[in-house]
Amino acid sequence: MVMAAVSSNVVVLVGAVFLASAVEMVEALTIVVAVGHTQGWRSAFEGTAVALLTLGALVAIVGPALVHFPLDVLRLIVGAVLLIFGMQWLRKAILRSSGLKAKHDEDAIYQETVESLDAGTSSTPRDRVAFVLAFKGVFLEGLEVVIIVITLGTSARHLGLAALAALAALIVVGVIGVIVARQLSKVPENAMKMMVGVLLVSYGTFFGGEGLKIRWPGSDTMLVVFVAIYALVTWLFVARLRALSARQQVVAR
Amino acid sequence: MKAPSSWPVRLVRGFARFWWDFLVGDTPELFVAVLLIVGVVSLVSLVGHDNTLAAVLLPTLSVVALGASVLRAWRGSSRR
Repeated sequence: MVMAAVSSNVVVLVGAVFLASAVEMVEALTIVVAVGHTQGWRSAFEGTAVALLTLGALVAIVGPALVHFPLDVLRLIVGAVLLIFGMQWLRKAILRSSGLKAKHDEDAIYQETVESLDAGTSSTPRDRVAFVLAFKGVFLEGLEVVIIVITLGTSARHLGLAALAALAALIVVGVIGVIVARQLSKVPENAMKMMVGVLLVSYGTFFGGEGLKIRWPGSDTMLVVFVAIYALVTWLFVARLRALSARQQVVAR
Repeated sequence: MKAPSSWPVRLVRGFARFWWDFLVGDTPELFVAVLLIVGVVSLVSLVGHDNTLAAVLLPTLSVVALGASVLRAWRGSSRR
């Protein structure tokens, strides 16, 4: 029973970090691919490498320091942050699934990056612009991954495992990026985002509750129950919104 | 014309802007809702010592907050 609870906790942790990292990295990769195709790959790779090194240093410095923080306070803060962040992701995924929002950002991100490179000023060396764009894209998207890795990893006392899951996502997305190049909009981003939203809200509820001294029935197993509850609620919201939108279209005709 | 800010000021501003976008962004209602949820559940759990009610309230209020935010977005888009 204890083994099952521990392994389900670890599976949810690895799944949440892997999927969240993959979604953010697809967005970062879109920017890097746009920079590479437009300005050459050298600056794109240099910007990416420096950003990844900076993010790695952040995890290495901040992560172990947080372990010394009082666990209840840490879990309350982490729980609240994950609840907010997870609900933002879930809301966006629900709106996209029900047709109220465009499903993919990648084509728009690609176009926006290419346009900003085309509009580069003559006083700035073009390679520097490409480097900064690649660095900013990877660093800003990666910073969200770092927050997820650090908050989930330290709260679950599995920081190394969380970092490994993020690294695995980086490798997988990198390989996919090499294969599909500019076809990143074909990645099922919304389904992944919805799953991550469910996992983050589940973790947020679980850790937030523990920070508030709630004793969850079934202990860690409750995390899996939360995943099931939030997945069901998300499905119901999508179905309800689709029905409302369909009814509205009928009335409008 | 304003003088350009020094890099520490820009760094702090950028850091603050990142956290604002990260936590509040275009859904301030979710940020406020989570603060309220934490407040209410902490009262029930830490002051009222009612573990069962707190354990039910936390996920229930989270679902209600998410539903309200989704409904708000739907109303906004259907008005356009």
